[in-house]
Amino acid sequence: MANRRRFRFSRGGAQVPHHKNTAECETLEFMNPEQVTIPMQQHIGAPCIPTVKVGDLVRVGQVIGLSDAFLTAPIHASISGKVGAITQVQMPAGNTQTAITILSDGNMEKDDTISPPQVNSREDFIAAIKESGLVGLGGAGFPTFVKLNPKNLSEVNTLIINAAECEPYITSDYRECMENPGDIVGGISLVDKWLEMQEIFIGIEDNKPAAIQLLTERFAGSPKVKVVPLKSRYPQGAEKVLIYEITGRVVPEGGLPADVGVMVQNVTSVAFLHRYFQTGYPLVSKRITVDGGAIARPMNVRVPIGTSIEEVAKFAGGYKKPPKKILNGGPMMGLAHATDQFPVLKQTNALLFLAEEDLPKAAEPTPCIRCGRCVASCPMHLMPVEIETACQEKDLESLLSHKVMVCMECGTCEYSCPAKRPLVTVLRLSKQMVRAASRK
Amino acid sequence: MLEKKLTVSSSPHLKSPVTTRSIMLDVVIALMPALVASVMIFGVRSLLLTLCCAAACVVFEYLYALLLKKPQTVGDFSAVVTGVLLAFNLPVTLPLWMAIIGCFVAIVIVKQLFGGIGQNFVNPALVGRIVLMISFPAQMTYWVAPGSGADAVSSATPLAVLSGAEGTMPELAELLFGLRGGCLGETCILALLLGGVYLVLRKVISPVIPLCYLGTVAALTALGGAYPLYQLLSGGLVLGAIFMATDYTTSPLTTKGRIVYAVGCGLITCLIRLFGSMTEGVSFSIILMNLVVPYLDKLFPSKPFGGKPKEKREKGAAA
Repeated sequence: MANRRRFRFSRGGAQVPHHKNTAECETLEFMNPEQVTIPMQQHIGAPCIPTVKVGDLVRVGQVIGLSDAFLTAPIHASISGKVGAITQVQMPAGNTQTAITILSDGNMEKDDTISPPQVNSREDFIAAIKESGLVGLGGAGFPTFVKLNPKNLSEVNTLIINAAECEPYITSDYRECMENPGDIVGGISLVDKWLEMQEIFIGIEDNKPAAIQLLTERFAGSPKVKVVPLKSRYPQGAEKVLIYEITGRVVPEGGLPADVGVMVQNVTSVAFLHRYFQTGYPLVSKRITVDGGAIARPMNVRVPIGTSIEEVAKFAGGYKKPPKKILNGGPMMGLAHATDQFPVLKQTNALLFLAEEDLPKAAEPTPCIRCGRCVASCPMHLMPVEIETACQEKDLESLLSHKVMVCMECGTCEYSCPAKRPLVTVLRLSKQMVRAASRK
Repeated sequence: MLEKKLTVSSSPHLKSPVTTRSIMLDVVIALMPALVASVMIFGVRSLLLTLCCAAACVVFEYLYALLLKKPQTVGDFSAVVTGVLLAFNLPVTLPLWMAIIGCFVAIVIVKQLFGGIGQNFVNPALVGRIVLMISFPAQMTYWVAPGSGADAVSSATPLAVLSGAEGTMPELAELLFGLRGGCLGETCILALLLGGVYLVLRKVISPVIPLCYLGTVAALTALGGAYPLYQLLSGGLVLGAIFMATDYTTSPLTTKGRIVYAVGCGLITCLIRLFGSMTEGVSFSIILMNLVVPYLDKLFPSKPFGGKPKEKREKGAAA
């Protein structure tokens, strides 16, 4: 299996600048924000309903939001204090949702119910993870307990740990590898114990040699686990790309990794599992990379979920110049924010405060010259240039035959486009068109 | 609170530094060795003719956008590339006014009337050359011997000699350095290859089209017993394969499509050279293959990763 990799020739992707400025910044702790605002939906699935009232006293780790739906993840208080408000807040993407504001009492008192979960069976294991509120920490936010519980579990024999971290700037997963390799070892053996894997791979881009070396040493005694260095090429950490690079298996259109016998977990998620089963602490804080030309002290910092971006920025020394863009996530797929009042979410792995000079000069799109760079760089082997034409002509049949729904909006095509055409926007519009048509 | 407003835009927030303009500039740079060689071989007039064509193309491009109130695209340097390439396909003795007519055809008729950059269905410079060939056949086939300067001495091109015209065949080394009669930019093979390597290294072109084109010509002429090495080094083949057949707009998007396209160019070139009454077929072969590019893009699409074949059209593509 491992030998097959060597002969594989994969296509697509782009050489993006790395900007891993914070790689050597050890994680700092920022555990005393004045208040936190915790939205009720920080995952893919149904939003939670608040289980506390204004005026209630809450402690760290206490459940404050729950839902009866299957696809959801409970929400916990990330600081101790008083519930100050339960309001509708606007989220960065423009939607509104319920959020609970907790005013800190400064004590960070732990909830009494927190204790290591007792696990005697696979069902217990999955149920405990559901209670932890863990979602995919790589950025997508898919509830982990669902991911760990595929319908065809008996056919899933390969676990891939995603430590590729291909987005520029972000180093939070790298710090996890460097600071908590023991948790990674522990988390992997937990998953292996309860879900019985045959092969386990840890994929890391080769621009992180120290992490590759450290984890290779740590797993020297486990023949099942292989650390796989990957070429540094965006989007190496995209799930389907990663699976193909490591195993040669192709996840079919509309399918899941489980369809090809693979389960993928982000490295920080798997390390969290170990800590959770040791301590019982649910997901209440998150390591994020703070970087960009506008911030005074770039760093990696652990913050309670719900801390406002403004407070994080203050902790990082404030703005040394006015930020032009604030991004939640990396510069390739991250979401641009209109204010710094939004909270840090479970899926947040970086806050980038980009100054004017960090960003490309705003350029009007020029006519497409059909150079084919978007086609050559698409990791999903799509033809964005043809999809753009089909989108403009509202040609649904053509959009379907070009498999626009396979697009994961990674932005490689738009990055590569010499005519600076807004291809990701076009692809999103096209996908909306297809979705709207299929609803009819 | 922030004092200044933030920019909110869709991802990605980084863009590659490559622009249409930087690509066109790279092509101009890649053409420079051949221009220098041409001046050394045919004298200063080749520089004059090249500058005249580049300037004429830029002026036509500028005036078209100005008069028709279209967005000005002259800054992208594509007109310069067209002008230089057209000049490279002309005999050094061609009167300037004729060259300017060629520029008008290339920029206004072939490029702008069909929608400007990215919309032309055939290579503008090549159509400019062909219109001149048909309009002024005598002047367009008046070849001078290298170094004869102002007192031009007519000479047969190597291809004409290969096809049976009177004259002596140059040595291989002379062909490599371009010491032969021919269009002003096509003769110095070494300079053209240097430009080609530059374009490949800068990732402006992929080597697929030039290699398949030249390879097809080599294979077919070897089969036909027609001196493959001489065939490769003569005429406008290397110029065409590196700089004309690789024009983005008029070549296919996918590697598979590009291979079929380039093999097609090679096949037609050989048919014209070996069986046609014309001695040279590079221009016509590229233009003919330009015309089928939309079909090649349909026939050889990129296969989506994990995509399930189900549409009728895709079944046709697989066949």
